[in-house]
Amino acid sequence: MATEILMPALSPTMEEGTLAKWLVKEGDTIEAGMVMAEIETDKATMEFEAVDEGILGKILVEEGSEGVAVNTAIAVLLEEGEDADAAVTSSAPAASEETAAEAPSEAPAPAQAAAPVEIVVPDEPEIPEGTEMRPTTVREALRDAMAEEMRRDETVFLMGEEVAEYQGAYKISQGMLDEFGSKRVIDTPITEHGFAGIATGASFAGLRPIVEFMTFNFAMQAIDQILNSAGKTLYMSGGQMGAPMVFRGPNGAAARVGAQHSQCYAAWYAHIPGLKVVMPYSAADAKGLMKTAIRDNNPVIFLENEILYGKTFDVPVLEDYTVPFGKAKIWREGSDVTIVSFGIGMTYALEAADKLAEEGISAEVIDLRTLRPLDYDTILKSVMKTNRCVTVEEGFPVGAIGNHLSATIMERAFDYLDAPVVNCTGKDVPMPYAANLEKLALVTTDEVIAAVKQVTYR
Amino acid sequence: MAAKKTSKKPNVSKDELLSYYKEMLLIRRFEEKAGQLYGMGLIGGFCHLYIGQEAVVVGIEAATEDGDKRVTSYRDHGHMLACGMDPKGVMAELTGREGGYSKGKGGSMHMFSKEKNFYGGHGIVGAQVPIGAGLAFADKYLGNDRVSFAYFGDGAANQGQVYETFNMASLWKLPVVFVIENNQYAMGTSLQRASSSPELYTRGAGFSIPGEAVDGMDVLAVKEAAEKAIAHCRSGEGPYILEVKTYRYRGHSMSDPAKYRTREEVQKMREERDCIEQVRDMLLTGKHATEEDLKAIDKEIKATVNDAAEFAKESPEPALDELYTDIYAEA
Repeated sequence: MATEILMPALSPTMEEGTLAKWLVKEGDTIEAGMVMAEIETDKATMEFEAVDEGILGKILVEEGSEGVAVNTAIAVLLEEGEDADAAVTSSAPAASEETAAEAPSEAPAPAQAAAPVEIVVPDEPEIPEGTEMRPTTVREALRDAMAEEMRRDETVFLMGEEVAEYQGAYKISQGMLDEFGSKRVIDTPITEHGFAGIATGASFAGLRPIVEFMTFNFAMQAIDQILNSAGKTLYMSGGQMGAPMVFRGPNGAAARVGAQHSQCYAAWYAHIPGLKVVMPYSAADAKGLMKTAIRDNNPVIFLENEILYGKTFDVPVLEDYTVPFGKAKIWREGSDVTIVSFGIGMTYALEAADKLAEEGISAEVIDLRTLRPLDYDTILKSVMKTNRCVTVEEGFPVGAIGNHLSATIMERAFDYLDAPVVNCTGKDVPMPYAANLEKLALVTTDEVIAAVKQVTYR
Repeated sequence: MAAKKTSKKPNVSKDELLSYYKEMLLIRRFEEKAGQLYGMGLIGGFCHLYIGQEAVVVGIEAATEDGDKRVTSYRDHGHMLACGMDPKGVMAELTGREGGYSKGKGGSMHMFSKEKNFYGGHGIVGAQVPIGAGLAFADKYLGNDRVSFAYFGDGAANQGQVYETFNMASLWKLPVVFVIENNQYAMGTSLQRASSSPELYTRGAGFSIPGEAVDGMDVLAVKEAAEKAIAHCRSGEGPYILEVKTYRYRGHSMSDPAKYRTREEVQKMREERDCIEQVRDMLLTGKHATEEDLKAIDKEIKATVNDAAEFAKESPEPALDELYTDIYAEA
């Protein structure tokens, strides 16, 4: 049977091209792989190879022809003894069918949700009445969470720089090497890109790694593995395999360590579908969220804070205390304004609320706790009550989490707003070293108070 | 097209030779068909063909055991066919259809099969190398006696993460074979123009990883080298590097005119070194098969590939609600 040779698409965007030169002539014997013609695309001149064997019966498009549409029949390949003209007539309609097949299929329906995928989460398990509360530092809470989960599941292990023998650069993994041994608490060389990739591969193959970055500033060395390998594989594999793992470490400004060691990555990671992002404030949340993160079947970015490590909070003494993702915590109820924050930003939010109360302004303070999934409902419900909102975070102002919250509130609760939402953020500068300038670069309680007064017109 | 007569007297059975012939031919015909479907606009985006390199994966896979794992770059169609994935599912992924291995959501460069221990299909040059070591890490951790294969090209061999991985793989004695498929061109840049030392098999020396170069156009040589590498890994001695010297006949991707090398260079390789022709020659001169037998095999493979293409054309596009699935696994 005769085979039509069609004008090929030779680049992702090619729709037509110039048939620059035929390198074979009618009557030639064609073998698979033989270069038959030169075709000019918008980018380059390409050699066009034969796929099938046969005899070149007829050239349908002469060399030098410009604007030849992709999938136009340009020649006919015959089997021994076939007649060229008969073959051309009989097979002509086939070409148009192919062209039709290439036309775009039905227009995709408009995406029904421009907002990120929402995840329904169960209510937070209540801490039973009379539960003993123990003062615990965030540092201890994180260690306890990891240790509890490692006792519970043999496939959980911790790897990172100085996590084992040194007992953790910030002493988060204190005592863990002794308990779990060097098979499960693993010191790595200073090679974030490499060990983030190794941990991701191990998670594909059934383990549940916890990767400690000494700080999230160094995780930028590994960003490709975090986003492209851990974050996207579940989707790209059609749900066959993903990366159940935790990337954790201190994030944001510490004190006087300068520009390269003082940056909040919350908004960066929250941007990525496929990652979950957690940023706890209290020790109880650090513990409950860490346990949830380790059990979660997705890559979780767990953003800690060096300044909070040493802060003490009450943690419930429960055998298995977990906190669900996607559920904000209302720290303080109020009626005049909603202050939304997370992580160390909560320090300023709560301090501001105390001072505002003295002035007779009642602020509701919400801790997001997880940035992906994000608890939109709790925020919207609060804003619909108070009609005013201030967001507080330490990261840079452009593309901040607060920007996203402002947009969401505008879209979904515009009629409830009595004032534009104000975002309190770190300043739009690399972190300076000088003590006075550093102070100026960070968000402050006074700025939060000023923002609240702005939205309440006081 | 006459292949150079092979001088060795291979100690290899007829069945083995026939299976290598079939597997390599399947990859070649599959890739030619993929090229054709690309030309018809049925496959979009980037499409990197494996034509010329077939002996590499077929030789390595011939030495593997069940449960061994593999991961590679975006030039991955050959690896998937060689480890037993269904040509229909692979081709349907290329056309972006529901019947593809990733339901059409991954494409040519991003395909996976948990069942066949194929861990991708990765689009970022070099990223699969630490992932491959991670697969080996998991096996060692779990106490399996399995070996993982991290395939990468001569281009990726210059990536920093490769050396971070070499260091940790050797330090932790991970059972991973690093297979460097040296096809001599990183897209358009020849090895000589990109590598300070072109002997890639020595790249592990600073990390105490043994390495070996092997003729990647000779499937028997590849298999033999792979057996040695696997034995090394399985005995707990840590990683091994195989530099497999091969050649890709086509451009880097479909839209690469390959002006960085001469037509004669490609033609010479095809005529003198082609991996399929070499086995064909052994089959005929060893009287293991007749021309007729081989014609029948060709026909059978053509039918398999045509079926795959038909399936890939007819499988529907993914349902629109697939847009929002598989982003997160159930917690």
